[in-house]
Amino acid sequence: MSTLLLTRSARRGATGGRRGATWARRLGIAAVVAYCLAPFYWMLVSSLRRPADQFSNAPLPAPVSFDNYMSAFDPHNGFGRALVNSLIVAGITTAVTLVVGIFAGYALARLHFRGKTLILTLIIAASMFPPIILVVPLLRLFTDIAWINTYQAMIIPSMSFALPLAVWNLTAFFRQMPTELEKAAQVDGCTPAQAFRKVMLPLAAPGVFTTAILVFILSWNEFLIAVSVVNEPQKMTANVILSLFTGAYKYDQPFGTQMAAGVVVTLPLVVAVLFFQRRIVDGLTAGGLK
Amino acid sequence: MSVITPTPGRTARPSRPARTSRRAGTGGLAAALLSPTLLVLGLVIGYPVVAALRLSFQVSSEGIDPSTGFVSTTTHYGFGNYAAVFADERLLRAWWNTTSFTLASVTLEVLIGVLMALVMHRAFRGRAFVRAAILVPWAIPTAISGILWKWIFNSQGVANALLDTQVLWSSDGFHAWLSVVVADTWKTAPFVALLVLAGLQIIPGELYEAARVDGASAWRSFWRITLPLVRPALVVAVLFRLLDVLRMFDLPYILVGPRKPSVETLSMAAFHEMNNLRFGSASAYAVVLFVYVAVVALAFVKLFGADLLGRGTRSEP
Repeated sequence: MSTLLLTRSARRGATGGRRGATWARRLGIAAVVAYCLAPFYWMLVSSLRRPADQFSNAPLPAPVSFDNYMSAFDPHNGFGRALVNSLIVAGITTAVTLVVGIFAGYALARLHFRGKTLILTLIIAASMFPPIILVVPLLRLFTDIAWINTYQAMIIPSMSFALPLAVWNLTAFFRQMPTELEKAAQVDGCTPAQAFRKVMLPLAAPGVFTTAILVFILSWNEFLIAVSVVNEPQKMTANVILSLFTGAYKYDQPFGTQMAAGVVVTLPLVVAVLFFQRRIVDGLTAGGLK
Repeated sequence: MSVITPTPGRTARPSRPARTSRRAGTGGLAAALLSPTLLVLGLVIGYPVVAALRLSFQVSSEGIDPSTGFVSTTTHYGFGNYAAVFADERLLRAWWNTTSFTLASVTLEVLIGVLMALVMHRAFRGRAFVRAAILVPWAIPTAISGILWKWIFNSQGVANALLDTQVLWSSDGFHAWLSVVVADTWKTAPFVALLVLAGLQIIPGELYEAARVDGASAWRSFWRITLPLVRPALVVAVLFRLLDVLRMFDLPYILVGPRKPSVETLSMAAFHEMNNLRFGSASAYAVVLFVYVAVVALAFVKLFGADLLGRGTRSEP
């Protein structure tokens, strides 16, 4: 009885302390959210000001104006077409990477063969190469074969970072699936290839989807390759064209317009993050940790 | 893993041939499934790296051909590009910028990231929203965040207003360097936090209970339980960040601009040389960076034992 009382009072003390801790943690969480969102909020607010209020530092735009968005999509900026280019490049990179990467991920996760460690090491090492060492010779090659200002000149080098990521994530994902599935399929007379095609692939859809989101975001954000192999505004991606926006005068950087265009480029990603945060976090932390 | 080689002249048990053919089928299937990936990686990574090495040793010189009297370009192989690059103080500066960015950003990112992860560790309401918020800096393209921070650090921008200063942040000098560090830390500390958080969540709660029963302070259980157990996750996160900052290009290029001595990284120097069609010295800069990254990565893995492959190679029963 006395021990019961003792624990109860101890617990009460703990809850009292915990209430303070809860408030401290709430404050901490608010700080984390503010840290992450404040710059993005500033981009949004700046984009919604009138061009005349550009240098206002008021926390809210007053009055709200969409002029910056109108001028971002002004035909002379070529921003609309750049968005389409970004979509084409990121979309095709994602699709091709997934088709190639699914097979490799499955083989590395589920099949027993010699040299697996070597191949995994190679794929990890591949993701560590600084892209500039790839871009320099490729630019020369693309100049020789007249690939400058083409989509493939952006898509193919993008696979150098997209494919290792995809293989790595898909390997981690396939490894989590229960082995009984294939065993059952093989007992039913499936070959390993059939077990993959008929049993594993349909069940792997969530992992493939997660990988697709990650690869798409990385390709959409790519800058170095796109700025190197394209010099014609018609073929530039949104990131590149946005960094080249000019105002009425050469040294007058049109920040309001750039902020509006930045919101347009970023908003799809923010929406994707809101909807798929669970999956994205799983994908980002896969492999190394689980 | 044992490899079964069929021995001729000996009859195996009835079950043997079937297993052998399945094993052989598995090996063939693995080769078939892996070859597209290896082919693509060979084309987009293997070939360019070899080509860059070749280019970096290729020295072209223009001269007048004595027999025809026309200007002709002759190419030979040698250390000319490296000699020129190493003689230029630009290399040392770019190397130092690359290194100082890495040291400053990664240190800040780890400190802030661990702090964020500790704050978010326990379950709380609105967790999904916080996780989405933490992904926003990661999801914003670096190019866009470069423009965004250039605006924040504008002479009439909000940074100066908040700090009550009149600093020309993104022009050149220490302030430009600092603005890049701040922007990079903002963008990637949440990423470190996510990886550390995933590591934290594997630690069983009973350990903390036991420590509390034994009278350990929160500080002590952080040093004795949290940090050692979260170490593998932290090591992987730091390795990723190191490799990423060492090749930094977009952020200083857009936030400050090309050819600024205080922020030009090795990637930017190589890019600038390439844009001026000096492929030889561009490749030399890129190879220097490549070797530097490889040395840092290997040293880091040796020192801290980043277990990247660990789970990857354990064979299933």
